[in-house]
Amino acid sequence: MLDTEQKPLVSVRDLKMHFPIHAGLLRRRVGEVKAVDGISFDVIEGETLGLVGESGCGKSTCGRAVLRLYDITSGEIMIDGDEIGATSQAQLRTKRPTMQMVFQDPQASLNPRMTVEAIIKEPLDEHTKLSEAEKREKVGELMDAVGLNRQFAKRYPQAFSGGQRQRIGIARALALNPKFIVCDEPIAALDVSIQAQVVNLLEDLQEQFGLTYLFISHDLSMVRHIATRVAVMYLGKIVELAPREALYAEPLHPYTKALLSAVPEPDPSLAKTSERVVLQGDVPSPANPPKGCNFCTRCPSVMDICKTTEPTYFEVQPGRFTACHLYENNNDTAE
Amino acid sequence: MPDGALPVLDVQNLKTVFQTRSGEVHAVNDVSFSLRPGELLGVVGESGSGKSVTMMSLLGLLPTPPADVRGGTVMFDDKDLLNVDSKTLRDVRGGKIGFVFQDPMTSLNPVYTVGMQIMEPLRKHMGMNKKQAAARAQELLELVGIPDAKRRLSDYPHQFSGGMRQRVMIAIALACDPQVLIADEPTTALDVTIQAQILELMKELRTKLGMAVIWITHDLGVIAGIADRVMVMYGGQVVEHATVEDLFTDPQHPYTRALLKTIPTIAGERAARLTVIEGQPPIMKDAPASCAFRDRCDVAFDRCAVENPPRYDLGAGHDAACFYDARTGAPRDA
Repeated sequence: MLDTEQKPLVSVRDLKMHFPIHAGLLRRRVGEVKAVDGISFDVIEGETLGLVGESGCGKSTCGRAVLRLYDITSGEIMIDGDEIGATSQAQLRTKRPTMQMVFQDPQASLNPRMTVEAIIKEPLDEHTKLSEAEKREKVGELMDAVGLNRQFAKRYPQAFSGGQRQRIGIARALALNPKFIVCDEPIAALDVSIQAQVVNLLEDLQEQFGLTYLFISHDLSMVRHIATRVAVMYLGKIVELAPREALYAEPLHPYTKALLSAVPEPDPSLAKTSERVVLQGDVPSPANPPKGCNFCTRCPSVMDICKTTEPTYFEVQPGRFTACHLYENNNDTAE
Repeated sequence: MPDGALPVLDVQNLKTVFQTRSGEVHAVNDVSFSLRPGELLGVVGESGSGKSVTMMSLLGLLPTPPADVRGGTVMFDDKDLLNVDSKTLRDVRGGKIGFVFQDPMTSLNPVYTVGMQIMEPLRKHMGMNKKQAAARAQELLELVGIPDAKRRLSDYPHQFSGGMRQRVMIAIALACDPQVLIADEPTTALDVTIQAQILELMKELRTKLGMAVIWITHDLGVIAGIADRVMVMYGGQVVEHATVEDLFTDPQHPYTRALLKTIPTIAGERAARLTVIEGQPPIMKDAPASCAFRDRCDVAFDRCAVENPPRYDLGAGHDAACFYDARTGAPRDA
């Protein structure tokens, strides 16, 4: 990434994750869902990269693919100096401690038959050679770090509220001192008053342990709060990536503009006066994306070229990337 | 309640209790509100605050047991809906009062065509024959902005996208020209760009049809853009009620103030750190004998622990259930 001296901890190049569609009596492969279709980005050490988009745009698949929870279709993934794009799952096990994940649904991602202590201890059992006493001490420290009372270590997840369960999930992700954590919609299932608690906790932990986050969310206002840079996805591709301030102040891609203007502002005077870009229609199916630019079916500033040629993803301004024909000429003149 | 036109719906002292294995849960405690013709009343609250249960209680939609509507009156059309026979209530539901639910994926029947589901209330409540109902159904689909309406009547719900399904739900709710439309988190399951479409549609339909709407949501941003008046619920009670402008510029209840501070925005100043409301929302095991918010409140004092604050009238249609007067910065007189 450009000329920054900060080094990227995670570097993704042309990542593709296609899921086959099987149909008919013989379950023949009739096509594929291009959930993630050639995306590239870096996550710089210590930053939070926000990944936003609507449901079905491939943001969660992207997060899972980066951690190699899938066997990816193609592409390169460099995490902390190791290329893991093509590494076998068995070999990946040794690398897992550096990269962890916090899941969306704290209800579903915690085993109801395990106590909190057992849940947080499991990664330690798998990946370390600590003694039982050391592990228990470590669990206690982790519970302190995420703001859970140590006395509740023997309780089961159902005894906790949604926000507390998410804290358990975070403690589990932290157990092996990871460098990189993918947070997949960690606050989507929580109430408004609880969301802020969890977001503040994530920020504190980032500072305390020097963590790097990929923060996946559909909540644009929360991403504005937590992210250093923001990537916007639409139908399997990144349409725009920019530093937070720039993206929210002056979005370039028409989809980013529409997305930002669709967010309801909690201010009645603003809400009644501001002009909204209301997109027509729905997101096309990723199994059958439109020809040319993926966004051409809904784009308010669509041109002829958009329906035939796919725009390239390039750096429009230093640190700002977009994939849109509107900016391609500017680029030519600039160079 | 402030004066104005006669309310179309007037709810007084509604109480609903659930019997559970671990005892009673007081889900709705003494909720009163009224809805004037043509206005949009927003109901805001977190999960478990009693906003949905309130609406379901007043239409008799809760299974009894475990639910038990213990008291109150719900005046609609000169009748108390809590004291009418089930046939009258059935006529009101889906007829004069329409309902839109949160999840468009599960509230449509997958084995019937969309056309049949829109025609059902038309034939039941309006006594239309098949042909009339089909014509009206087509009109309704056009009204909610579904292209190629005639052909789509014979499609099944799975052939529609989420946003389109929610439009179908709205069409069904509007079928019998309701006086009141109750929308329970109608855009929560939708993406922001689709939510924006539905919000625009709602605004348009309100001006066209002039019905009164109750819009339940947890999203203050949605409320700011669409509501005339807002009712904030916490622990099964109304803690604040005001016009939408007043609520956002001059919130009086500590919970409302905290809620407004805790949400980040996409414009304006970016806070370095989010303001947090510590603690959890309460589970109301007993009828409230003290303020339900006091454990999380930054201005609570001893009176809050021994008495449940009533809704103090603050003038101009604004009221708040709090012993602390935010305007003077001192406790209210006992």
